[in-house]
Amino acid sequence: MIEILDAPLPASFQDGGRPGYRHLGVPLSGALDAGWLAIANALAGNPPATVALEIRLRGPRLRATQPVTLALAGEFSARIEDVAGQSRAAGNWRSLALAENEILDCGFLKSGIGYLAVRGGFDLPAVLGSRSTYARAGFGGIEGRAIKAGDSLKVGAGAPPMLLRLPQAPRVADGPLRVIAGPQRDYFSDAAWATFLDAEFRVSREADRMGLRLDGPRLTHTRSSDIISDAVTPGAIQVPGDGRPIVLLADCQTVGGYPKIATVIAADLPRLGHALPGQTLRFVEVGLAQALAARREAAAILAECIASMVPERAGFDLDALYAANLIDGVIDAQH
Amino acid sequence: MSPRLLALGDGALTLEFGDRIDPALNAQVIAARDALAALQLEGISDVVPAWRSLTVHFDPLRLDRELLSRHLLECAQAKAQELALAGPRSGIPGRQGPTRWRIPVVFGDEFGPDLAAVAQATGRSEAQIIEALCATDLRVFLIGFLPGFPYLGELPDWLRLPRLATPRAAVPANSLAIAGAQAAIYPWQSPGGWHLLGRTPVRLFDVDNVGRPALLAPGDSVRFTPIARAEFERLAAAVAAREIEPAAWQAQ
Repeated sequence: MIEILDAPLPASFQDGGRPGYRHLGVPLSGALDAGWLAIANALAGNPPATVALEIRLRGPRLRATQPVTLALAGEFSARIEDVAGQSRAAGNWRSLALAENEILDCGFLKSGIGYLAVRGGFDLPAVLGSRSTYARAGFGGIEGRAIKAGDSLKVGAGAPPMLLRLPQAPRVADGPLRVIAGPQRDYFSDAAWATFLDAEFRVSREADRMGLRLDGPRLTHTRSSDIISDAVTPGAIQVPGDGRPIVLLADCQTVGGYPKIATVIAADLPRLGHALPGQTLRFVEVGLAQALAARREAAAILAECIASMVPERAGFDLDALYAANLIDGVIDAQH
Repeated sequence: MSPRLLALGDGALTLEFGDRIDPALNAQVIAARDALAALQLEGISDVVPAWRSLTVHFDPLRLDRELLSRHLLECAQAKAQELALAGPRSGIPGRQGPTRWRIPVVFGDEFGPDLAAVAQATGRSEAQIIEALCATDLRVFLIGFLPGFPYLGELPDWLRLPRLATPRAAVPANSLAIAGAQAAIYPWQSPGGWHLLGRTPVRLFDVDNVGRPALLAPGDSVRFTPIARAEFERLAAAVAAREIEPAAWQAQ
């Protein structure tokens, strides 16, 4: 078991999400950065889309009531406290073995989000095929809510095939976010489109897993600011009547009634997950062929990253890594 | 307007049939959905029918976008299906014909706190509102906003009211509500700005029913039946105890 001692900020459980139910109004959900989820899971000895804790800004403090192997993906300032009260730095991007009754304090997070994976995964019931927390309908994770002090979480058993570390931490790319012109691009003048591509936008405080509301120049509609609702998707950029764009994220509704000026390409979606209030964003238009190439490139970078993991002590053992089916699994997860 | 394809990013395509709320357009959407399902293409994760458009979420590394586009434009020509009285339903898009439902509703009092105000705003009696609503065959145009939330239409012209100026922070689950030309039932407690007329004992979304979590599907037809408080309470208890099968709400 893992006991949550303190959870200063909300953290949710996320896996590969809940595809296949969007026609019933069920959001996709799932990790905002599926790549980092896969990395955390690989380090913990799990298949790539195993449910993990998705953490923003400040992670929980927890105690292992049994020996467990965990991993942190993200720039945490985590520490481990042993039973004698001695504290040591935990380190990111590596398998962490906690002895019985040791305490992990995830600490603060420099990156926007991070993941805590545990060997064997958190033992939570799958709801419509996923363990992802969905707060609005109160299902997934622990009854759809954020973790809190006193939660006791059953975890899978057994040690991973080996303890691993990632020699080089992955980087969240910068530069403009690549977008494809949206289904309602024609609701905006060429001037508004030019503004959208030229201007700098700032992530406002209205930012959660449903979406990010952006501050910046107002994008004015040439036609109505309402459409007859149609489907939306994570990455879609809606512009309501006030002209302030909203970038939708994993927990967004399945349909929406505002014109969508553009859609961030899938390869750049994880960057939106890491964006924090105050951060500036820019957009650049690309074509579908470039978006497709970017998808392939992102999958290849992730596969390389996972293949680059090395055992903590012994030399590099690629065969064992293949035997653990980590590399193949991750490539599949991109599909 | 002929059907057209719109890019919703690199992983979704929207097939749009028109720019108005119209049962005929919505029927084309459902027909296209069924035609697409029959093709059993690999690489599609979700097929989402909306008022006047169908969106396909897909993986462009597994399903060629041009190929999907051609298929969608062909599916756009599919003929709309007749409304069946009843039939087996799998909950999987395209697997079953549309179904007629009879949904019992207790009106007014604490169940429908806006009934009196709606009567006043429309210049009718509460009984006339209930009678008119329960005499209307409502089409399920789409499911969205919340899991299992059905957008039903269309209401008689005189019953179309703007949304509440101040939305409620918490609309109780199972509330029947109206706004504009639309009616809906909230499957979950949620904030909401529609006028609350009553409440149903029917469970609209059941997460434990993985094969068919949502009771209603786009293209279905719904009629409300007024029930008394005692009947509501009896049915609500039976639903909570799982003594009533979802099929019991199908029209006979």
